[in-house]
Amino acid sequence: MEELSLNVLDVAQNGIAAAATLMEISVTADSGEDSLVIEIKDNGRGMTPEQLESVEDPFFTTRTTRPVGLGVPLFKMAAEQSGGRFEIVSKQGTGTAVRAEFGLTHIDRVPLGDINSTIHTLVTFNPGIDFVYSYTADGAGFTLDTREFKEILEGVPLDNPEVSAYIKEYLIENMKEIGFEV
Amino acid sequence: MKTLAELQAIRDKMQTQVGLRQDGEAKTRVVVGMATCGIAAGARPVLNAFAELVQQKGMTNVMVTQTGCIGLCQYEPIVEITAPGQDKVTYVKMDADKAREVVEQHLKRGVVIGKYTVNAEDVAK
Repeated sequence: MEELSLNVLDVAQNGIAAAATLMEISVTADSGEDSLVIEIKDNGRGMTPEQLESVEDPFFTTRTTRPVGLGVPLFKMAAEQSGGRFEIVSKQGTGTAVRAEFGLTHIDRVPLGDINSTIHTLVTFNPGIDFVYSYTADGAGFTLDTREFKEILEGVPLDNPEVSAYIKEYLIENMKEIGFEV
Repeated sequence: MKTLAELQAIRDKMQTQVGLRQDGEAKTRVVVGMATCGIAAGARPVLNAFAELVQQKGMTNVMVTQTGCIGLCQYEPIVEITAPGQDKVTYVKMDADKAREVVEQHLKRGVVIGKYTVNAEDVAK
């Protein structure tokens, strides 16, 4: 993957496939710790212990269309090649949490890329799922909570063209305000 | 900075425009493959280009959705278009520019762009 934001989009699909109704995604950069942490947490059906054991294996997948499953292994590789680490916790009936830690300034750390586009895509194409996204860099941050948006919208859908444009600008403007792009 | 008051204003505006959606209408479906293979090959800008253009042009009979992997990973990004009463058309190796062409030619005028379809590739190889 050319951008970590694409790994986020990809790994988030697993939560969607697991029938999650709530997904929490956070990106936290800390210059003092020289770390970038990306967490993706869902309340989907979770994995069996056997699935959890095999999920980091590129030759394991639940798909029938092809014999490999590279989503999780690619994300893990991106974390480890930057001196970071990768962790996945899952419990059947509770959900799955993925945590990837990267060396913020490590030369092999893949850029975050267009994370706003990833979040916008997830939110507008999965109106039935609630998303809580937070971006924090050296203590300054913002949160997008679709539950809050939905309450205001009173039934106007998130993929309504004007609402969709609002969400995109909300992300871009808040990110600019922080002025710290990773 | 975007405020929630702006979102309220959008809601108020939209609530006065009730009945724009006609769900009974026959729909053309644009399906973009968004599995690991598709995403790595550049499906995100393709999906967003379709969604944006379809909205911009007010094509209410077109629905843009996503799907997983159909097993032709080397041809991603893949876009399948199904229109009522017509055969499915599978476009391969797509990008945002090709998506624009497909919206103009296929979705608007009903002309399939043969050179971008899977039939133009020698899949047997």
